[in-house]
Amino acid sequence: MLVKRASDISSSEITSEHTYHNRREFIKTASAALGIAAAGTIIPACAPSVGAAAEPQAKKGQYDTTEKPTPIEDITTYNNYYEFGIDKSDPARNSKNFKSKPWSVKVEGMVKKPATYNLEDLIKGLALEDRIYRMRCVEAWSMVIPWQGFPLANLIGRLEPLPSAKYVEFKTLLDPAQYPEQSRKFFKVLDWPYIEGLRMDEATNPLALIATGIYGKPLPNQDGAPLRLVTPWKYGFKGIKAIVSIRFTDKQPVNTWQQQAPQEYGFYANVNPNVDHPRWSQARERRIGEFFKRPTLMFNGYAEQVAQMYSEMDLRKNY
Amino acid sequence: MPKFNRWSILKPVVFLACLGPLAWLAYAALTDQLSANPIKDITEFTGIWTLRFFMITLSVTPLRRMTGWNSVVRIRRMFGLFTFFHGFLHLMTYVWLDQFFMFSEIVKDIMKRPFITAGMTAFTLMLPLAVTSTKKWIGRLGGKRWQLLHRLVYFGAAAGVVHYYWFEKSDIQRPVGYGALLGVLLLFRAWHAVRNRERGLKPAAADLPKHASQI
Repeated sequence: MLVKRASDISSSEITSEHTYHNRREFIKTASAALGIAAAGTIIPACAPSVGAAAEPQAKKGQYDTTEKPTPIEDITTYNNYYEFGIDKSDPARNSKNFKSKPWSVKVEGMVKKPATYNLEDLIKGLALEDRIYRMRCVEAWSMVIPWQGFPLANLIGRLEPLPSAKYVEFKTLLDPAQYPEQSRKFFKVLDWPYIEGLRMDEATNPLALIATGIYGKPLPNQDGAPLRLVTPWKYGFKGIKAIVSIRFTDKQPVNTWQQQAPQEYGFYANVNPNVDHPRWSQARERRIGEFFKRPTLMFNGYAEQVAQMYSEMDLRKNY
Repeated sequence: MPKFNRWSILKPVVFLACLGPLAWLAYAALTDQLSANPIKDITEFTGIWTLRFFMITLSVTPLRRMTGWNSVVRIRRMFGLFTFFHGFLHLMTYVWLDQFFMFSEIVKDIMKRPFITAGMTAFTLMLPLAVTSTKKWIGRLGGKRWQLLHRLVYFGAAAGVVHYYWFEKSDIQRPVGYGALLGVLLLFRAWHAVRNRERGLKPAAADLPKHASQI
């Protein structure tokens, strides 16, 4: 499969008029709530005469939310990808020359065929699907993202893990030449490379996706090109980006954020409005583009698909 | 007619400069230059400028002592009030934009979350200072007591830095930087007080405001 580099996409191609209109919509709501009555005259684009071109609607899949997708401009400029920088705008700015091709992924540990694969070979023949998922960040904001990718279960099936394998561990690329934060000497924000993990039943849950695209286009660098994990019932930090290693193991992996602050971030990181982060509430979230906060749903609204995996567990302890 | 001096020009210039950050924020908001989460941007912007104004305010006295430029103390009150102003806006973004006046939630937050407790402490400490910043209040309290009260600013600034440190997820470089700067500014005062004592000067006697116009 040909993996297009995200830099092949010009910004004029991805910023639709709809997006543009949508942002003005936000300012209008915000201004109204702030009591700025004259905002409509200050911002001419607020005029309703601006034609909103309808976003081409993909066919609705089994797990798709019908909520309005977040504009691509927001999905590609508001990112937590600490390798590229701490501020939300850093990844878009610092990822322009990221080399996501050629790309190889090392498959290791308790697996029948441990090997290093060319990305094209690894995912050849896996059918791509569109999935419109909610994404809930542990920082209490959320988006709706139209991903493109394949179920992680399909890849795992092909790799044939041994029966002894109970967990999958993923690693992000370690390359200080490309990731400015990885070469920081003092006040290192995290231990590199970034590590994430899933229990085997979580990894093979039909919702778990390896994404290679957004809005039908190749995954932009700042969103984790060329391939990343998407587990919509978990907080966003579980969605490890730019994966270079998949390791099957019988020991529960220590994911990066858990290692950084074990009392704040756990292994499971399931979205749970009833278990607060020690420093802030998880009961509500701000959907990007909306003014008022909305209630956060158990398992981010995916309880039907995932709740049974945790029925025996104390989610207060296993956060 | 009041005697003309350079402060009658300098003061309005400094005042306008102090409005610069907010003017920039308003411009960025109206021209769609904030991020996809503008409420978070506004909250963080007003928060960081509160800390910066704390540092500016607390730099006036060291600057004055090092340079002997005594009249610089005339703009200290303005800096102090700008600190309070930004702190108030920061608090309002939380009360209004973030929690939307859900006071039960806010009270829960203050009790439960140390970083919010620290932030509210900083604001609470600033409140009496803003109220008693007028000439009338200096007269009412007397210079010595007024000065003692206004030492609360050290604790307010420290609470602000702690608030920032506890808020950060993992990048502590910036809060630690502000902590270090505050440390230097406070150590300078300690060093100066010790030196005065050794020279047999009454502690801080030279610093009491002689005229209200010096505040």
